[in-house]
Amino acid sequence: MQQTKIVTVDELAAMVPDNCNLAIIKDDSSAPSEAVRALVRRGVKGLHLLTVPTGGYPSDLLIGADCVSSVETSGVSLAEFGPAPRFGKAVKSGKIKIKDATCPAVYAALQAGEKGLPFIPLRGVLGSDIAANRDDWKVIDNPFADEGNSDPVLLLAAIRPDVALIHVEKADRFGNVWVGREKELATVAHAAHCTLVTAEEIVDDDLMASTTTAAGCLSSMYIDAIAVAKNGAWPVGLGDLYDRDTEHLRSYAAAARDDDAFDVYLQRYVFAAPARASA
Amino acid sequence: MAGQGRIDAFFLGGGQIDGQANINLVGTGSYPETDVRWSGSFGSAYLYYLVPNVILFREEHSPRVLVPKVDFISAPGISPPEHHRVGGPKCLITGKAEFSFDPSAGRFTLVSVHPGYTLQDILDSTGFDFDYAEDVPMSVEPDDQTLSLIRGPVADQIRGLYPVFADKVFG
Repeated sequence: MQQTKIVTVDELAAMVPDNCNLAIIKDDSSAPSEAVRALVRRGVKGLHLLTVPTGGYPSDLLIGADCVSSVETSGVSLAEFGPAPRFGKAVKSGKIKIKDATCPAVYAALQAGEKGLPFIPLRGVLGSDIAANRDDWKVIDNPFADEGNSDPVLLLAAIRPDVALIHVEKADRFGNVWVGREKELATVAHAAHCTLVTAEEIVDDDLMASTTTAAGCLSSMYIDAIAVAKNGAWPVGLGDLYDRDTEHLRSYAAAARDDDAFDVYLQRYVFAAPARASA
Repeated sequence: MAGQGRIDAFFLGGGQIDGQANINLVGTGSYPETDVRWSGSFGSAYLYYLVPNVILFREEHSPRVLVPKVDFISAPGISPPEHHRVGGPKCLITGKAEFSFDPSAGRFTLVSVHPGYTLQDILDSTGFDFDYAEDVPMSVEPDDQTLSLIRGPVADQIRGLYPVFADKVFG
């Protein structure tokens, strides 16, 4: 097992290969916005994006900057600021391939991935057009059903992302990562082949040394690299640390509706802005 | 939690809702390169099957929303008997009326019309067929106790998740 590397945000972005399967967690839990801006600057191409289970600002930005070739998602939106315009446009034009899912299916498939299982069953979904359009999902008859009773059940192939990109409040210098109540970060990191983390700060204390912190911690054995990104979720909020930037998200939602305005946005907030908090 | 039956009720909306209570959260036109693309189905394709009392809601009550047949079924209103289904739609509430849903018939019935609207308004603004009585009653307006619950503790909870919406509705 390799030791967790401490790197800059741009070095972290360089560790995400073109054309890989990249998992990003929903904005309410962990928006890796600064890392995504670095990915856009590095010109990453052909990403197969998985949103866990939904996407917001970072996903829309990546799609709008032509970094993405397919998206598996239960929904991409800017929540109270309206639809995700770049996502909508890219799907409608056929520029990105869409794999529509439903939230519990994304979680269940990742849980299969973290356990090393080939697949996992899930209730519901049968008879929907989501299931009808997913030829990678299968339906079997429940082998444990009472004799003579037909009980069709959906099976999902396990998901193991090539890379998971997450943002957290803090990590320690040993590579342990504090996730607190956001347990889905652990699920994604366990399932992924490589987990890259941006953190508001890297502390000297060993977070695994105390049961209080260890209980909300992800072991360094799952973490490949960590970069400090102060305010790294901005303009999305992060836990109890800071709220979302309402004005900025509102202006993004407006800019992203127009091709030229979106290009201006990218120039101003992505290309002209170096990774502000690179260590 | 829903899978174990720990959730009693859930609210679901839809970009389109049809007369069989199918909901569409994906888009209009032919899939996948739809004419209009919405966010996606979120948890609907799971919760609709497993939560016993799903309350469908949509403030806009118009033929473009309440359609004869949705363009994409994010989650179906009814399922064949062999599909495991303990949950589903109980009713549909819009800005103009309330309907109940009968899963065995796969149809809505108009329960009441909100003050300010008539039966004819509902017939004109609903794109799907539904059952109704000519003397359909007027919806009962919430009493003071219910209003203070909505504007007090409920508003506070909503504000945590949807502050912009809460500011708009509750001030």
